[in-house]
Amino acid sequence: MDYTLVLLALVLSVFGVATVYSAGQTDVSVRLVNLWRTQALYLALGLGAAWIISRASIHVLDYLSPAIYTGSLALLTLLLFVGRGAGTGRSARSWIYVGDVSIGQPSELAKIAVVIMLAKVLSSRSESPRSLMDLWRPAMVVAIPWVLIMLQPDLGTALVFVGIFFAMLFWAGTNWRLLLLAASPVISLVLAFSTQLWGAWFVLLILLVYRTKPFIVEGIAVVAANLVTGVAAPLVWAALSPYQQRRLLVFLDPSSDPLRGGYHVLQSQVAIGSGGWLGKGFTQGSQKRLAFLPEQQTDFIFPVVAEELGLLGVIVALALFAWLMMRCIRIAGRSQNSFASLVAFGLVSMLFVHVVENVGMTIGVMPITGIPLPFFSYGGSFMLACWIAIGILVRLSLEGRGRADTMVI
Amino acid sequence: MRLHPNDVQRRARAAAAFLFFTFVFLAGSFFRAQVLQHSEYVLKAEGNRLREVPLPSGRGIILDRNGAVLAENIPGYSVAIIAPSVDSLRAVLGRIATVVPLRPDQVEAAVRRFRRNAARATELLPSVPFDVVSRLEEHRLLFPGLVIQEAPKRFYPDGEAVSALVGYIGEVNETELAMPAFDGYKPGQQVGKAGLELQYESRLRGTEGVRFVEVDARGRVVRDADARSTLLPEPAPPLVTNIDLGLQRYVAKIFGDSLVGAAVAIEPATGEVLALHTAPTYDPNRFIGGIPASYWRELNDDSRLPLLNKATQGRYAPGSTWKLVTAINGLELGLVELDEKMPVPCTGGYQYGNRFFKCHLARGHGMLTLAQAIERSCDVYFYQLGLKLGLQRLVAGGIKLGGAERSGIDLPNDNRPDFPTDPASEYFTKKYGARGWTQGNSLNLAIGQGENAQTVVNVARFYTALAMGGTASTPRVVHGASDLTQVFSLDSTTTAGLLDALAGVVERGTATGSRIQGIMLAGKTGTAQTGKFVNGVEQDHAWFAGFAPAHAPRIVIVVMLEAGGHGTRAARIASKIVEYYLKVVPMQLFKTEGN
Repeated sequence: MDYTLVLLALVLSVFGVATVYSAGQTDVSVRLVNLWRTQALYLALGLGAAWIISRASIHVLDYLSPAIYTGSLALLTLLLFVGRGAGTGRSARSWIYVGDVSIGQPSELAKIAVVIMLAKVLSSRSESPRSLMDLWRPAMVVAIPWVLIMLQPDLGTALVFVGIFFAMLFWAGTNWRLLLLAASPVISLVLAFSTQLWGAWFVLLILLVYRTKPFIVEGIAVVAANLVTGVAAPLVWAALSPYQQRRLLVFLDPSSDPLRGGYHVLQSQVAIGSGGWLGKGFTQGSQKRLAFLPEQQTDFIFPVVAEELGLLGVIVALALFAWLMMRCIRIAGRSQNSFASLVAFGLVSMLFVHVVENVGMTIGVMPITGIPLPFFSYGGSFMLACWIAIGILVRLSLEGRGRADTMVI
Repeated sequence: MRLHPNDVQRRARAAAAFLFFTFVFLAGSFFRAQVLQHSEYVLKAEGNRLREVPLPSGRGIILDRNGAVLAENIPGYSVAIIAPSVDSLRAVLGRIATVVPLRPDQVEAAVRRFRRNAARATELLPSVPFDVVSRLEEHRLLFPGLVIQEAPKRFYPDGEAVSALVGYIGEVNETELAMPAFDGYKPGQQVGKAGLELQYESRLRGTEGVRFVEVDARGRVVRDADARSTLLPEPAPPLVTNIDLGLQRYVAKIFGDSLVGAAVAIEPATGEVLALHTAPTYDPNRFIGGIPASYWRELNDDSRLPLLNKATQGRYAPGSTWKLVTAINGLELGLVELDEKMPVPCTGGYQYGNRFFKCHLARGHGMLTLAQAIERSCDVYFYQLGLKLGLQRLVAGGIKLGGAERSGIDLPNDNRPDFPTDPASEYFTKKYGARGWTQGNSLNLAIGQGENAQTVVNVARFYTALAMGGTASTPRVVHGASDLTQVFSLDSTTTAGLLDALAGVVERGTATGSRIQGIMLAGKTGTAQTGKFVNGVEQDHAWFAGFAPAHAPRIVIVVMLEAGGHGTRAARIASKIVEYYLKVVPMQLFKTEGN
């Protein structure tokens, strides 16, 4: 068994539970005081799930993947009718309740289902995708849950899906020009706000299409899609709900609206910056104690680490994450078949997007999307999802070529 | 799909590199915030959590010459609010208004203070009585961020009797805050607005302390103490004055509510102001913690101008008290002797050109010497002396004797007298045109009328010079060295003769009704014409300026009664004040041990 991987995940989880404990030590409210106990319970549940999953062969997962995927879609559909909001996303229908008790967020588990299904679809091909036409099936695998989640709406989780999709296409050996063509409508959308930038991008795109030499229909479709998103972007902007618009704007200039969206980022940065080299001491962060830090037990838990343990704590946490992910990439590289390899890489890309987006958001280099930090953020579904991913990775490591414990990283 | 191992390894390396650089970038972002911008963010975090609560220092107490209290501090309470935003401040104020009545202007003032400095507890009520405090404490949970603390409150035990001296205090206003003299003052602080409180603000102020409380994101006070070490306030040392509180009370009592005017008592050798009163007066205690609008209106609408200090600010024609200036002027120049008579005897008036100048005594004084003219205040004698001196020398001499300068008393609003400037011809030409004046103007000027309006305290300064043989002392309220100025010098026989003449005013002249048994009071009455008539009677100002005992003066007294009629009325008041001061056993002898 890959003890290093388990140990790394366990250390991160214990670090996480300790931080949830600290997040509950405030001067203003007793609401969060006992959350760490629940989180420890979730960790135990996650460990159990990981152990069970690691017992099953990867072929079982391969066999069950259509069922898991369909089940997830059914849950996400159901959510649109019975889902409720909680925490940061009060207006989103992300949670399943039985009576008044919340059971969990199906979208967290849907991420794993999508990874598995995408791996199955990609690995079932005889060779790497060579044209845009080859991408339509994998795209559908992601698009259906993506639309369902956007309907909740949950922008952050939807972005994670996009990240997983491109990372797995990359791992499947897709040509980078093809990836760029596939991503081009989104790039057009982002650049549409500046006519000059979009114009320059459009010239580049024409050159790219010329070099890549796709089928005529594909070429026309890509250019048309870019025109639509580039021109339609202002209309799409108008269609975004105000909080989504605000989040995007606040990302571009956090000081523009300091008492609403930007307030969170500013206070998060104040907490981080005031931590210094060694921090204010465990449980002693003033920004956290006095409730200047928003959502300090979930989305903004990392500033608690930064404020109380300083740059040292930040480096340790980031190094642990990096080590864990390096190891997962290694597992993906040593897997015996392409399905296993793609699953491993899909899972690590899921973790990567979460960590980079969450940590980057707290320091102001990423937009605020409200997605949790693996092993740290308080929440049962996500803790479970992370440990299921670890369980699968442990199994993949076990079944991979060569002995797992001889791996360097 | 088959993945070639070499391809996989290549992609794994690319992914690892991407992962590595992304994490290095993230770590770099944290390094920038936590190390490079650390101090900036620490300041912001401290600003988030700490709020200053000012600890007012007790103002220095003000004492009289014997240690009796003119102004002191009594226990009081101030109410302040710590709020995170204007909206929540208004919400809390709205709730407080249901327990303690708040005026709209108090609410707006609090909002202004909050906007000016949100890091400081916003003072709402600088001084509230205990029952208000207990009502607020009762509903404390309704008012997050409420700070109630002890704030020493100014109290003037003698109130109206000392207001002309002590003045009053009030909250520093926006105009004052913009002035360099008020550097370091913060909105909400109390400053002197009048009197000694204003004059000696820097000495009375003390050093304000600061206490820090810790607040949460909603502005609620989380921790009261130890948030950061408290800076304790330093009270100012007492301000010791030259005032004799017993005398001051006595003067205030004599004036009562009916008389309008002022009185100044000075020790002539040192310039120490023993008492200074103006009537009608006001109660400085009512100014503390914001003067009620009704009282303010009442003071401002009163035609007797209670807020005007009639001893230092008010200017009045000095009348016959000025004849001593004319006399000394002539004596010093050698133009006249004490026993010299003027060519024209007094027949109740004096014809100059086509105008008849009246003497106050219609039946006339006959032929008089200068000494007799002083005793009986004969106008006709002084008309002729004025003509002999001429306008230029009258003006130059008046200026030399201090008639155009501020008295120099250490009180604010010490007004400069109205008096012609030297050279006189230029002054009169400028004022009336080249043909608008003649030497006839000297007639009025010689008897203290015309282009001459003096403050009561400046007349007192001149009489200290008379009492001390030529050396004027600058009046001083607060203990300290006085400026002594030699304003005239006469030979000793003339000086003695002048004192005899002044004593004669009371012994046998115009103020005989004011004699004091056993004490020789010297002085001069004055009845200054104002040109204002009520029911056909001219509203003359009554003056008496003098000193006692005549040959070893210990007190100079000047009394002026606005529209008070004849100077003898002022003389009677002055003699009572002098009698009290010289005859009544000084207060400190009544004091027993332990005091």
